Amino acid sequence: MEKKEDQKLETTETTNNSRRQFLKSSGIAVGGIAVGSALGGILGMYGKEEEAPAATPAESQPAQQHDHALQYFTNRADFEKLGQATERIFPEDENGPGAIALGVPYYIDHQLAGKWGINAKEYRQGPFFEGVPEQGYQSQLKHHQVFDLGLEALDKYSQEKFDALFVALDGEQQDEVLTAFENDEVKIPGLRSSLFFELLRKTTIEGVYADPLYGGNKGMAGWKMKEYPGVQMSYADKVEETEFLKIEPKSLHDTHN
Amino acid sequence: MVTKLPKTDVVTVGVGWTGGIIAAELSKAGLKVVGLERGGDRSTENFAMKHDELRYALRYELMQDLSRETLTFRHNSKQRALPMRQYGAFLLGNGVGGAGTHWNGMTDRYNPYDFEIRSKTIEKYGESKIDPELTIQDWGITYDEMEPYYTKFELMAGISGDETPLRGHRSEPFPNPALKKTPAMDIFFDATKEMGLDPFVIPAANNSQAYDNPDGQHLAACQYNGFCERFGCEFGAKGSPNTTVIPTALKTGNFELRANSEVLEILHEGGKATGVLYMDTRTGERFEQPAEVVAVTSYTFNNNRLLLNSGLGTPYDPKTGRGTIGKNYCYQVIVGNDGFFDDEKFNSAIGSGGLAAVLDNFNADNFDHSDYDFLHGGSVLMGQKGKRPIDENQVPSGTPRWGKEFKAQSLKYYNRHLNLYTYGAQLPTVHNYLDLDPTYKDINGYPLLRMTFDFTESDRKRGKFLNQQTRKILEAMGATHISDDTNMDHFDMTRYQATHNTGGVIMGADPETSAVNNYLQMWEHDNVFVVGGSAYAHQSGYNATATLGALAYRASEGIIDYSKKGGSLA
Repeated sequence: MEKKEDQKLETTETTNNSRRQFLKSSGIAVGGIAVGSALGGILGMYGKEEEAPAATPAESQPAQQHDHALQYFTNRADFEKLGQATERIFPEDENGPGAIALGVPYYIDHQLAGKWGINAKEYRQGPFFEGVPEQGYQSQLKHHQVFDLGLEALDKYSQEKFDALFVALDGEQQDEVLTAFENDEVKIPGLRSSLFFELLRKTTIEGVYADPLYGGNKGMAGWKMKEYPGVQMSYADKVEETEFLKIEPKSLHDTHN
Repeated sequence: MVTKLPKTDVVTVGVGWTGGIIAAELSKAGLKVVGLERGGDRSTENFAMKHDELRYALRYELMQDLSRETLTFRHNSKQRALPMRQYGAFLLGNGVGGAGTHWNGMTDRYNPYDFEIRSKTIEKYGESKIDPELTIQDWGITYDEMEPYYTKFELMAGISGDETPLRGHRSEPFPNPALKKTPAMDIFFDATKEMGLDPFVIPAANNSQAYDNPDGQHLAACQYNGFCERFGCEFGAKGSPNTTVIPTALKTGNFELRANSEVLEILHEGGKATGVLYMDTRTGERFEQPAEVVAVTSYTFNNNRLLLNSGLGTPYDPKTGRGTIGKNYCYQVIVGNDGFFDDEKFNSAIGSGGLAAVLDNFNADNFDHSDYDFLHGGSVLMGQKGKRPIDENQVPSGTPRWGKEFKAQSLKYYNRHLNLYTYGAQLPTVHNYLDLDPTYKDINGYPLLRMTFDFTESDRKRGKFLNQQTRKILEAMGATHISDDTNMDHFDMTRYQATHNTGGVIMGADPETSAVNNYLQMWEHDNVFVVGGSAYAHQSGYNATATLGALAYRASEGIIDYSKKGGSLA
């Protein structure tokens, strides 16, 4: 069985040993990487953030991550749960950071708070009927409501199946729960569990690879792992190149500033 | 309250490719044109932030706001039609330039076979070759008649391309040489030549070099930095209405562009249109714009809906086969495979919307259909549009869709993957049509358009045949793994295929079976011209834009003639 505590948190460029130790001893990391360990501290809930040892120069962040706060979620437990679910979709591994270290939970939080969360550019008039799958999204729920119900059901199903909250499960158990959601095996009144799963998967991948402007893809690490060069103005002299080109990625921030 | 404005010679409903071309041609000829566009105005300087996959490709920044208007869809008349609540299979343009702002730029002429599909099929194979379910008919125009208009479109948009076999004759070479080939395209070329096929670089509106068009508009050279499809070009290096015909029309002083102006109805009396009723989408004010000629130049769906909501033309009745508005709605057969190359590494982010290797050996009637139980075919392409990281996570069959293995494989293959696909023809039947939805309304209270559509048996056979070709070519190219073939059981509104929706206001030589003549003039209302993909009598095996561009030039000539002498032009 995979032991989450054994994961090499050191591979996350922003994690330092003392913090890792703290996470272990505090118990936050049980069952998964603590969501807030992504970049800079989040540990204010324990009142210890200020007391954490200062990062060494090599590990220091250029600036405070002001977007590491919640626009949508009101309950830290929900945010932790979301983070752990995204980490199972896109886990940290030898290739590099996973969803949490990339800031994906913050990305999703911000999306749920914005116009995508309320399906603002979508047709929302009734009547609502369930159609055939090829007719697409027909739920009367908005995206943010799908997440609310889905996250609630994650714990309910985990309790039924393993007698524990989702965040307390080990990685394999969490995968089992998510697979049940993916396969529509979880009964949620008014919602197909696969719809929640698909939105979770879709937004996780978005958060990994969208421009860092949106809160995920921290340090363009998603792009770096994929060897994707991000925002480049011209490849006119490179289009015929037969060798693979290693190009340092740029982001919209570089375009704008 | 409706404010009545002074009369103009011509009003266009929508200012994209067709509205823009008509505005340019008529205003150059001295006619006064008002262009009503429901979306906002924009031009090259609005695209500095275009390298944003999330905003433009996945949140549909440039597309129609579906909360205001969408369409409903069902596979057949036994199903309940439900609204397309989110984007999927196709994307509806919005704003000045329309979908021409954010198209990829692939520019195909249709095949000579297309325009006379019924006659040529009967001539070669006999009438029994045509499945009785199919409602294919000649377009009322020939390729030779279309040729000069295609040339006009290509010169105006600065199309880059090479001469190629298996397409109709050309009176002039392309104005610009073909785009550069990527190494992956060389692999496609080598493999398909070895197979005895005829690959070429698809003609494209992404300009291979700086170009000044015959109207004096300057286009910059393509930088191959991707982000064309669903995006505007920040360099002004893509032939689009915004970089060509719209500034040309404005320069004459005879064209007035009114953005944020949504046409609600075409007004008519005694068989003639008198003008249009429109709304300023920002203030809510309503205006009547009287006009001598109404040019209906919006997307296929809105062209149909506006005629139906305005009571123009005779709605098609699938039970009797009579009537024309909504008839012969068609789409496209898009099948293909992903190829994974363990021993190659490509620069997958590099490319351009219209950059593709393509072949026509399996298109139209370029191959003998005697032993096949379907008609037509499709072009087979390998696109190099510049892979985007959120959307492109292809992994070999059998790989989980998430988790550790998915991550590792999707990272590994991002630069080791090529996709081959087709633009397959999709032929019309009595069962596939457009009408008004009885239940769902737009934000102004007008009925939505209802699409009744599914693939036919002959589409599935054509799709299967084309999919065999994409698979064979990928094998010949040396792919280590090849994905499963495309599922063609039913049309799927959730999977992006192409914004190539056609028909419903089709052109032809007979008022009984077509809605407009070969000048795009309505048979039933001679001062209404309905221009766009809506006029296609079927969908061919190509990209759809060049043909509607050519038809807009044809219609422009018709409107100029009509403004001098009136009456039916055919």
